[in-house]
Amino acid sequence: MITGALFGLDPLFAPGLHWVELLIVVVRVLVAFGVLLVTVMLMIWFERKVISDMQSRIGPNRAGPWGLLQTLADGIKLFFKEDLLPERADRFVFKLAPYLALLPALLIFTVVPVGGMLTIAGHRFELQVVDPPIGILLVLAMSSVSVYGVMLAGWSSGSKYPLLGSVRASAQMISYEAALGLTVVAVVLTSGSLSTRAIVASQAHGFWDWNVIRLGFVPFFLFLIAITAELNRPPFDLVEADSELVGGFNTEYSSIRFALFYLAEFMNTISMSAVVVTLFFGGPDGPIPRFIPTSDIWMPIVWFSVKTLAFLFLYVWFRAALPRLRYDQLMDVGWKALIPLSLGWLILVAAVLVWHWWGLFVGVGELALGLLLARAFKVGGRRSGEHNLGGAMPEGTR
Amino acid sequence: MAPHLGFLGGFKLTLEHLTRPRVTSQYPDEKRPKQPRQHGRHVLGRYEDGMEKCIGCELCAGVCPADCIYVRGLDNPPDHPVSPGERYGYVYEINYLRCIHCDLCVEACPTEAITETKLFEFSFTNRSDAIYTKRELLVGDDGRPQHLPWEDWRPGDDRFTSGWMRATSPSGAADYEGRVQWSGELGYGVRAPEGGQSGRRDDEATGTKALRATMEAHLLDVDIPFAHRGMRGRLWRAQLSASRAKAKLADRRAARRPAAQEATTPTGAPGA
Repeated sequence: MITGALFGLDPLFAPGLHWVELLIVVVRVLVAFGVLLVTVMLMIWFERKVISDMQSRIGPNRAGPWGLLQTLADGIKLFFKEDLLPERADRFVFKLAPYLALLPALLIFTVVPVGGMLTIAGHRFELQVVDPPIGILLVLAMSSVSVYGVMLAGWSSGSKYPLLGSVRASAQMISYEAALGLTVVAVVLTSGSLSTRAIVASQAHGFWDWNVIRLGFVPFFLFLIAITAELNRPPFDLVEADSELVGGFNTEYSSIRFALFYLAEFMNTISMSAVVVTLFFGGPDGPIPRFIPTSDIWMPIVWFSVKTLAFLFLYVWFRAALPRLRYDQLMDVGWKALIPLSLGWLILVAAVLVWHWWGLFVGVGELALGLLLARAFKVGGRRSGEHNLGGAMPEGTR
Repeated sequence: MAPHLGFLGGFKLTLEHLTRPRVTSQYPDEKRPKQPRQHGRHVLGRYEDGMEKCIGCELCAGVCPADCIYVRGLDNPPDHPVSPGERYGYVYEINYLRCIHCDLCVEACPTEAITETKLFEFSFTNRSDAIYTKRELLVGDDGRPQHLPWEDWRPGDDRFTSGWMRATSPSGAADYEGRVQWSGELGYGVRAPEGGQSGRRDDEATGTKALRATMEAHLLDVDIPFAHRGMRGRLWRAQLSASRAKAKLADRRAARRPAAQEATTPTGAPGA
């Protein structure tokens, strides 16, 4: 067989691979790609429309019905614009960066389960592109790689504002990566697997089993804040910060390269919303139990879409409601609040999983430690204000 | 002063705004009411008997800070005079690439010949089109500004033009507020005085819509007059918009009426 020859070197495929299976894989990839691109288009429209509604404006309404095709029009326009390459840019890295930003966004979405199981021509497969056993690690890895896209874009532009943007990007994303990872570990602890499908399956007994409730809300909020920072979305958009850094890391980008960054940003938003839904809200599982194990195809997909849409709306709402954080506030939130909290909560979850009473002991101990830590932060903040060491802001402004 | 918003206040406010009416108007499709003293392009007015008001004194050209007006006067031909004075404006040109619409020419004019309309939507593809000569500036035989092919204005847009003249009271004396101190115009008769600060305002006669009224739905409760809040305010707004729509409809009907019929009505204000 052709496929046997193709995968002959891989012992996993020793028994051979039916061509239908290969076709299904290809179709899944193509469908996911297409759906994601169309969703990005609609998401950009959605964001512009909702944010203009929140600002008593009308928003795009000329291209297509209700302005639905505005993004397409913008894309076509950007495609035909001149592609500028700054003279002092590092050419190779400058051209590479947009793809480095875009690819992780695409890859994150591949591990997200969007529905239940589907059987076509005797082949049973899950509605997600791949289900690797290390699923959630891939998400973390890819979200780290996307930092490189932003960082290298700013660095290779050979210009000051992009450089400042990329310096911020690396600092911000690395600080929030830690909290992100720690909250994911809490999820993995309760679900007992790294595979996204297994995580979803472990929450599939009804909404009281969703991780957001099972883990006691705190990891969910920490995760939400961390990924907002990871996505560079407002109020954590210091990387772009139009009012301070022109466009931040993408100042020097134009034409289709700029469009790729734009695409990557929104694709990341969608992917990460899907990841939140997967990790904390039971993925394609409805609030009424027993949706996933049934052969029902559409309801899980609808539930998944509705939940993802809710988070997309939340991001837009963040953007409309919250002003951008100052840089030191950003670092304070990351290091003094998110990381200690997520670490403490992780230990608490682990202790409760071992034995209830351990949970109580650890909880009390952590409370005491937390109070000490808060005191330490307060005293440290006051001292750095007094001697003007490091802390940029004088006393009373924090 | 807006009240202090807490952390969640911003979320609440943005959600509330989802339900409020939009501030934006669909500009090329619908136009906002213009402000009472909006400065648009000029017209050269005529008296109600059809005589030109301009006497070619060149005061406007002298006062113009942008140096955009060029006037040459000429003695009136005795057998068929153009203006009631001794001379008339023989050449009158305004370069709109230079004009800053300061209206000093309007203030300078001793005969109220040059006034500014509220028409501002014109664009040209070459520089010579930007120079309006007397042919373009002079009002038509019906007293209306000429609708030039590159200008975007619609039926009713000319109704409340030359507003600046109406607003002026001699020496700015408050005693003259609301009193008419100007001559009549061809086609429109004597313009109504603009509503002043004393509250005697006739918004229908002067075509005024206060910005406050336009924005009222978006103001905070404390900024809205008590009578316009809540259910009562809604009713009031509905009545207002209904009366406006009615006036608009009447305008449209008047515009659709054949021109011959309009010509037979002797001093009927066009578009009214």
